[in-house]
Amino acid sequence: MKSIAPLLALSLCLAVATAADAADPNLARNLARNLAATCAGCHGTDGRSAGGMASLAGVPQRALMEKLRAFRAGEQPATIMHQIAKGYSDEQLSLITAYFAGLDARQP
Amino acid sequence: MTHRRSLLKGLAAAAAATAVPASLFGCATATPRAKAHVVVVGGGFGGATAAKYLRMWSRGEVEVTLIERNTRFVSCPVSNLVLGGYRELADISVGYGNLGTHWGVRVITDDATAIDTAKRTVSTAHHGTLSYDRLVLSPGVDFIPNAVPGLEGNHDQIPHAWKAGPQTVLLRKQLEAMPDGGVFAIHIPKVPYRCPPGPYERACVVASHLRRSKRRSKILVLDSNPEIQSKKALFTKAFEGYKGLVEYVPNSELRAVDAASRTAELEFDRVRADVLNVIPPMRAGNIATRAGLSLVNGRWVEVDWLTMEAKGTPGVHVLGDALLAAPAMPKSGHMANQHAKVAAAAILNLLAGEAPNPAPVVMNTCYSFVDGQNVIHVASVHQFDAAKRQPMPVEGAGGVSAAANEVEGRHALAWAANIWADMLA
Ligand code: HEC
Repeated sequence: MKSIAPLLALSLCLAVATAADAADPNLARNLARNLAATCAGCHGTDGRSAGGMASLAGVPQRALMEKLRAFRAGEQPATIMHQIAKGYSDEQLSLITAYFAGLDARQP
Repeated sequence: MTHRRSLLKGLAAAAAATAVPASLFGCATATPRAKAHVVVVGGGFGGATAAKYLRMWSRGEVEVTLIERNTRFVSCPVSNLVLGGYRELADISVGYGNLGTHWGVRVITDDATAIDTAKRTVSTAHHGTLSYDRLVLSPGVDFIPNAVPGLEGNHDQIPHAWKAGPQTVLLRKQLEAMPDGGVFAIHIPKVPYRCPPGPYERACVVASHLRRSKRRSKILVLDSNPEIQSKKALFTKAFEGYKGLVEYVPNSELRAVDAASRTAELEFDRVRADVLNVIPPMRAGNIATRAGLSLVNGRWVEVDWLTMEAKGTPGVHVLGDALLAAPAMPKSGHMANQHAKVAAAAILNLLAGEAPNPAPVVMNTCYSFVDGQNVIHVASVHQFDAAKRQPMPVEGAGGVSAAANEVEGRHALAWAANIWADMLA
């Protein structure tokens, strides 16, 4: 841990610099991360299912968005996803699906 | 290369997670500072999730201590299947070990005895006093003392089984010992109480068991409320399926109980049962009061929904059933898991000197068994309303099952496996 102290100080400076920037990709990523975490109760932490539900991690964004659109439109048979998908805005769903698509399907 | 990138990302998170606002550090100074320390009191759906997510989202840069009195987590959701004989307690129990080995949470099996929010310390029965930068309180519920005359100290004769564990096993044993033709009475307190559909699910699951083994028995659902409080149409239908076995009695306020004869004194009636299950009126877990938090109506903690901090007590983030709920927000394990993530994100923001997320979202699902296999759900999504300063259910979203079905029976068990893993794996 000691050996990285200088790096830590450097990254502190970076953090200070970027936190001031409203368009900080890290902040946007946190928003996506927080929204995606609302799905974890069923689809697993970071969309890696512990079984019995689909995994979402590593699935291409377009495939996820198409499924969610179909759930909302009532075109895809569902027990519950049609009701859940309607609770999020388009923008929120695209943040969520981009987040899951960007993850490794396997455990990191 | 990817390794280096993730290392740098980790360090950025490290910086973001430091307790002192980063601007206080001269950027030239390399003085490493002790990590921020978050103490979590209570290892249920809220507390365990908060502990894991604080470690995960800070990439290990925030120290987390979890204080929980039980050595294993026992799930209230699915515990009615134990009463019906469809599951054992071991099937709904998970150890805390992975929080330590996978996530580096320091887990202390102990009672939190006192909290000093001015000094920012938590006292424990056996592990001394711990200091914190921020506190997460996920105290669940405790029963209001003396709310039901005759009940105090008699939970062995009249189990509540509203905290899963030994009480669940006790009630199961009493049901097993009940003779054919016996009466099982469940008493439901006025809302709000933990797990709105839980009592009705309990009646159904036990009924499905008795229908097979003790056909002449009777289940009385004595509800203080004027009607079924969750999934009303679906539970009404389920009760009709148990005609002759389940009787639902609304407006049944409980005046007193007699433990020796297992009698419930209702406002207009007196019910002698072979097995009497009284779910007592409840409030925020006692540690909330001991922490000096003011309780609305003497019962629930009011929070700032952006950070989950208790009103009037910054630095103390409260989760789960102990809260004064926002509109249409149930006291459920799923909801506590969601509160925990809002709190974890906000704590990391606040430690880094950043503003918390201005638009948090939480969602809920409660699956209920109507027998050993068939399940119904209720779901809702709650978006933060800036004008009302609280989460509001999204209109047109959420809803209930069309009918009880086996597919959702499988989903309910998959939900349990996934949410237990989300907290504890
Ligand atoms: C209460 C449990 C639950 C939650 C919470 C949940 N889902 Fe689902 N999800 C399901 C179930 C069950 C299905 C299967 C379809 C159905 O029966 O509704 C599913 C299916 C899906 C599918 C299709 C998977 C496939 O391969 O066909 C996607 C995509 C999906 N969910 C995305 C999400 C997202 C995004 C969220 C969070 C905003 C979410 N889900 C939250 C239960 C859940």
